[in-house]
This record gives sequence, C-alpha cells and structure tokens, in this order.
Amino acid sequence: MADTHLDSPKADAGIDLTQFYQVFFEEAGENLDRLEQLLLAIDLVTADDEVLNSIFRCAHSVKGGAATFGFGDVAQLTHQMETLLDKLRRHELEPTAAMVDVLLQAGDALRAQLLRHQGGGAAPACDTEDLQSALRSLADGQPAPASARPAQPATPQAVASPVPAAAPARAPGNEARGLELRVGPLEQPEQAESLADLFKEIADLGSFEPLDGGQDADGVRRFKVVTTSSDADLLELFSFHVAPDKLSLMPLGPGYGFHEGAPGAPESTEAEPEFGFFEGAPGAPGAASVASAASAPVAAAAGEAGGVAPVTPQRSAAAKPSAAAADASTLRVSVEKVDQLINLVGELVITQAMLAQTSSKLDAAVFQQMAAGLADLQRNTRDLQESVMSIRMIPMSVVFNRFPRMLRDLAAKLAKKVEFVTQGDSTELDKGLVEKITDPLTHLVRNSCDHGIELPAERLARGKSETGTITLAASHQGGSIVIEVRDDGKGLSRRKLLDKAREKGIDAPETLSDSEVWSLIFAPGFSTAEVVTDVSGRGVGMDVVKRNITGLGGTVEIESCEGFGMSVKVRLPLTLAIMDSMSVGIARETYILPLSSVVQSFSQSEQQMMTIGGSQGQVVRVRDEYLPVIDLEQVFEVPRNGALAPPSILVVVESGGMRMALRVDELLGQQQVVVKNLEANYCKVDFVSGATILGDGRVALILDVDSLVRRSRH
Amino acid sequence: MQDTSSSALRPASRTEVGVPTSRQEYLSFKLGAEEYGIDILKVQEIRGYEPPTRMANVPDYIKGVVNLRGTIVPIVDLRIKFRLDAAEYNDFTVVIILNVSGRVLGVVVDGVSDVTSLCADQIKPKPQFSAAVDADHIVGLGTVDGRMLILIDIERLVSSGELALGQSPGSLQ
Repeated sequence: MADTHLDSPKADAGIDLTQFYQVFFEEAGENLDRLEQLLLAIDLVTADDEVLNSIFRCAHSVKGGAATFGFGDVAQLTHQMETLLDKLRRHELEPTAAMVDVLLQAGDALRAQLLRHQGGGAAPACDTEDLQSALRSLADGQPAPASARPAQPATPQAVASPVPAAAPARAPGNEARGLELRVGPLEQPEQAESLADLFKEIADLGSFEPLDGGQDADGVRRFKVVTTSSDADLLELFSFHVAPDKLSLMPLGPGYGFHEGAPGAPESTEAEPEFGFFEGAPGAPGAASVASAASAPVAAAAGEAGGVAPVTPQRSAAAKPSAAAADASTLRVSVEKVDQLINLVGELVITQAMLAQTSSKLDAAVFQQMAAGLADLQRNTRDLQESVMSIRMIPMSVVFNRFPRMLRDLAAKLAKKVEFVTQGDSTELDKGLVEKITDPLTHLVRNSCDHGIELPAERLARGKSETGTITLAASHQGGSIVIEVRDDGKGLSRRKLLDKAREKGIDAPETLSDSEVWSLIFAPGFSTAEVVTDVSGRGVGMDVVKRNITGLGGTVEIESCEGFGMSVKVRLPLTLAIMDSMSVGIARETYILPLSSVVQSFSQSEQQMMTIGGSQGQVVRVRDEYLPVIDLEQVFEVPRNGALAPPSILVVVESGGMRMALRVDELLGQQQVVVKNLEANYCKVDFVSGATILGDGRVALILDVDSLVRRSRH
Repeated sequence: MQDTSSSALRPASRTEVGVPTSRQEYLSFKLGAEEYGIDILKVQEIRGYEPPTRMANVPDYIKGVVNLRGTIVPIVDLRIKFRLDAAEYNDFTVVIILNVSGRVLGVVVDGVSDVTSLCADQIKPKPQFSAAVDADHIVGLGTVDGRMLILIDIERLVSSGELALGQSPGSLQ
C-alpha cells in the first residue's frame, strides 16, 4: 500500500506514518458510519444538543486524523462540514433537511476520498468543490445551490470501482492486467455466474466483475477481470465451468462501456485508463523497483537503523499485498472475546496450580508419568498465559509514534520550532485504553503546539530558547497509568480564562482557585485562541478530551505556570494491566503493593521508633530521614482474633516524592499480578486501587500507595 | 413480621398495582424464617459460600469480594441487610450470583428452595408498613402452597444505591 502513494500528492509521507493508515481508515470509517446514523436519526424540529455535538465530533475526529496523515482533501471537506455543524450546535442556524442532505452527501464524498487514499491514491480525485460551496453557503445561511446535488452521486461509485481492481495486484514482476471476458452465447446465462465463484474461492486469482450490470446481451455476458495469471491459465480454469469455445478474452479497452449509459459516465471513462494502474500510472515503475529492491538492501539499512528494524521489513512486505491483504494480516477481535480468553486462562492456571499441589502428595516413583505430564502442563499453561496476556498489552510507543510527524507538520504550518520528547515509551498499556487514549492525546499535543508554544521570536524575547519542547511521558503511578503532556510554552493565563468564561456566561468568580480556573477550559465550546484555525481553537478539543477520559474512568489534572508552560496529566485506572508487585501479609490477610512504589523494607526492631504527639504520630528514622509510619492493620481494620502480632516489618514506599513506612506482619513475595478493578461491580474502596487474583483463587486487594501517602499528610 | 402475612390475606388489598400481569418465574430462597422470591432471569448462578476477601470501611452487610472466574464480585449478605436475627455461615449457606443492570454481585442467603411460577392473581400487593419496616424494594407477596413469598425487586434494590455499591456501570456515561 505504501508504495502506491508515490504518485499521490503526499509522496513524501513519513515512513513511520504509513503503518497507521489502516488504523486511521478504520477509525474514519467508524466515525463516518456514526455521522450518517446520527444525521439520519436527527429530528429537525427538536434537534438535541447532544446529537448535534456528537455529529460535530465525528466530523472533527475525521478532520483531525486526515490532517495528521496529510490527506488534505479530506481535511478540507470536513473543515467545511465542521463550520456548518459548529453553527448548528451553537444554534446560530436551525437544521434543515437541505443541510442534512448536503452533509450526507459530504459523508459519501469523504468515504470515496478515503477509499481513494486507501487504494493508494491512484483513482481520480473526487471533485468536492460543489459540495464545499454548498456547505459554505448553507453555513452562511443561504440555501444550497441546486447544482451541487446531481454532480455528487456518481463520484463515489466511479471512484470506488478501481479500488477492488487494485486488490489483486501482487508480485510486482507479474503485473495485474485488466481483461474483458466474453462468455457465450450460452443457453443458460446464469452459468457464467459460476465463474465469479471461482474468483471467490481462489484468493490469488484476481477480481471479477460483471459488466453491463450483470445483464446478458443476446446470451453473451461480459465481465471485467483483473488478474496476474496468463490467458491460457485463465481459459483452462474457466473451461471447468463453461465450454472453452464460448470464452474469449481481450484486453480491456480504454473507456470500455463499464458504466455505459450511467449518469456518472464522464467520470467513469476517465477512470478507465487508470485501471491497471500498476502498469500505466506514473507511480508504478517506482513501486515495482522499490518492492523488489526492498529485500536485501533495505533490510541491511534497517539493521543499521537499529530500532527501526521491525518497521522497515514490514513496510516492504506491505508494498506487495493490497489493501485487502493488509486486512488479513491483522484481525480485529472484540475486546470481550479476549477478556473471556484471559479469564479462562486464569481459571486454567488456578486449576493447574491445584493439580500440582494435590499431586505433590503422591508418590513420585509410582506416578512418574503423571508428574512429567503435570510439569508439561505447568509450562504450557504459563506460556499460554503469557501469550494471551500479551494480546491485550501494547507499549505506549505505539501511540507516541504517531506524534512526531504530526508535530513536525503542525510546527511548520504555525512557523514554530518544536522539539518532541517522549518518556516511558515501553510502559505497557491495555489495548482498549490505548485505542481510546489516542484521540485525547492527539488533541492535547496539538493544543500544546498551537496554544502553548510561542513563536520563536516571542520565545527569544522572553529569554527562552528558540525551540519549544513538548514532552509526552507515561508511567505507572499509584496503581494508575499517568500520561503527561508537558510543554514549556506560555502556559495558561488566569486573567484570560476568567474573562473568556464570563464572556461565555459561565459563572467565574475571582475567588476560584488556580486549578478550578484551569479546569474551565474543559467547558464545551471554550477556546481562548483568537482565531479559529483548522488546527484548533474551536473549543471542541478539551471537552472531548475530558469526556473521553472520564468515560475511561480517568481524571485530567492541569498544572500551569504563566510564562513557563503547562502540563496536562491524564490519569487512567488500570482496568487490566500487569503489574510487578510485592505481596505482604497482615494477620491472615494478603495485600498487594505495587513494586514500583516500594523503596526498601526492614525489620522494625532494628530501627529506632519514635513518636510525635503520643502514639498517633509514629515516625521511624531511615537513612537520616524521619518517615511517618502507617499501621496497615489499623487502616484496614484487620481482625487479629486474639492472636499476638508478630514483630513487624516496615516497608518504605514512595509516591509523589513523599516517603513513608507501612507496617506489615510479613513479606510474602514478589510476583506479577493482573490488576482487576473493583469498580466494575462494586465501587471505589478507600486506599485500594484494585484487586487481583492470587494463585489459589482468592482475591487480594492492591493498595493505593498514592492515597495512603496523601492520607498521612492530612 | 407477623402482621405481614395477616395483611396479605386481607381481601381489601386486592388492587394489583405495579404487579406484573403475566406469569413469571421466581427463585425462592430463605433468609432466617422468611421466604423471599426474586426474578429468576436476574440469577446467573448459585454457588456455595466461600469466605470472601474482607474489605475495610464498607457497610457490614458487604462481606467482601470473591473471584468468580476472573471477575471480582462483591458479596452482600441480605440477612444482615434486612436486619434478620442471625447470620450464620454453614454448609447450607449459599450465594446467589445475580446479574443486575450490568453489574454482577453475589447475595448470601440461608438456602435456596425452588423455582416457582406465579401468575398475577397469586401476587398480592404489599401491605402498608410503618416507617420502621423498609419495604421499598418489595413488589408484592406471593402465595405458594400456603407459604408466603416476599417478592423483591432486586434491580431496584441494587440500583437505588441502598446497597452502597456505587454507581452502576451503566450510569457512568
């Protein structure tokens, strides 16, 4: 797919972006589907604000993605849609049927444009000028020019058809050809249909489409065939179904009546010469040579490039198969299915542990074979568990890699100098979260670049370096995943925000705390940017960010210092994450501590315990530092049932730069645990960030060190 | 609770308000001496009682959480919730796993009796209680072979927030 972009306007598309095209196309497709559904369901008289906002967001998301990937035509059209939709949701205009029609057409045109990009941009560009002007005049409150309508319906078809033709294009040495197959005259024209089945059954054969709308003329039916096989092979294959003397193959003539007589005729004839775009199109020779050269030299280059290595071979492989083949290499499976698998494997592990425990009592000499079998079972179960877990976990770098290119383009457009830094790329995050966090992060990063970072001259005037820095950092913290978007730009202005809020009619007294003022930017329609650009400034970004993150059960925190930059921290709960942990015992109960927050542990008796203000304020001296001691037995009201507390062990934990010591009875060990959240079926429990299932099937609570530390402060 | 049965037999209270009209199946279970019924369609499974993992700072009727094939499920002891005299845990103590408004939870009861099919005329409206008896979640009283079945709307009980289970997952949006 990548190589076919050579002839597209964005021939310089970054290497690392192409791997995300598929994701974008899928996302955009979903957004357009939703847009269409919402538009179709909309009630013009009493249009719901929520629906209008949703429609707007669909268009906005498509636009954002398209701009990121450099699909200018898509971004342009969505921009016009957005302008109209923005007025609708602000109630500056009332929705009319004409608007819905034009918006739906625009949706169709977008689909066609996306399909064109997906097919490699070889098909003729869709002319959306009429649509755009229709959208513009509607947005200006005038009725749509009538001419805008008839031009459109033909476009999606005309553009859509060459794409399947691209599908069978395979090895560059053996190029796909467009052929016309005449079958007949046959007594039963339906016989010809069986040929179509052949193409369905044999995946590599190519594509097969009826011409003349599948109708026979005098018993003769015509089909369009795009294949890499030779004529002889094809005829031999077809002769299983139709007598060879009734078959004739000929090259597909230019402008051959593919859409003959159809309303879209002029456009479709234009499309015809492009059919075998692997032969004739300007990009084709390049495609072939790149693909064939890809094997050795590129691989070598990739080896030198180190980290890029996995990407490059993948790309050269992707150059050969078409969009259809790219679909087959990944499988979209619903998260529930994976979750179910994970749960089943968890059960299996527990059962296996039980078997192992029971069998250990048996005489190994007698049940030698069974013991060996159980050992195998144990190993296989562990491998299985690891593989299943790895399905869901992907490193943050997958998300982070999307940004450098986007920022580069954005910075160039805004004439700013921006350096992009990532931290914690390898922090693993649940797949479901990664998918959902990408859009909000994109908004945040764009915002940072657009609103945060100043122009180079301005930066120099303020005594900062010319180049601004945007940092994306991910880490596991206190049982959550924290993703921070930080910039060293101008930060938020308290004054501006308050003024803007009042202008918007939001109640904003001077007494608001800083953090309350910062959170004003999450109000719908709130934007402090003076000009609405296609980058940002419509004020849609932040409320979507907030909504998406809240939907994930997370929180957004903003820290800002005017003149020095701001940081947006997205804190997400661990719905499913694997965590290195330390398990501790208190009386007969087991609790889990995130290993990342454990600093050290020691026996209490070795150290000097002191009290401040009576027994309530216990402190312990560790390395010349006095740390507060928290007795977990008290916090969790652990029943002792009269048993005497054994000599305690203190575990020093750290969170947010604060240290403290937790008193426990014993350390039970370190292990990786799967974090489950309690909120799914219950609610948040104090000082507990989640739960996990121990080897014996019992549930153990995971301590929220962060909130324990905060508690000790108050 | 004695007046419960007598008032149910009172013919004056035969106005059937808020009672399902068609035939419905109920799972009946015992809490102490009382017999209750819940809509069978809300029941996911029935398990023996196993000690759950205790949690601190939660109401006393929340016994803790258990692992149900990888899902963390809270366990509510209805005997404590309904303020019955004793809550013993023995071999007959069972946990009914319910699936209510997208949430899975287990309720501890003294034993499950059977599944009873009740039609509308077997269900009498609940009598008026003084404020001392919390009857919001009772939909009616069923009569089966002379036994009285207290029919509870478990969905209402769970989603009312009375069980302090927090927001239901569906209402988070």
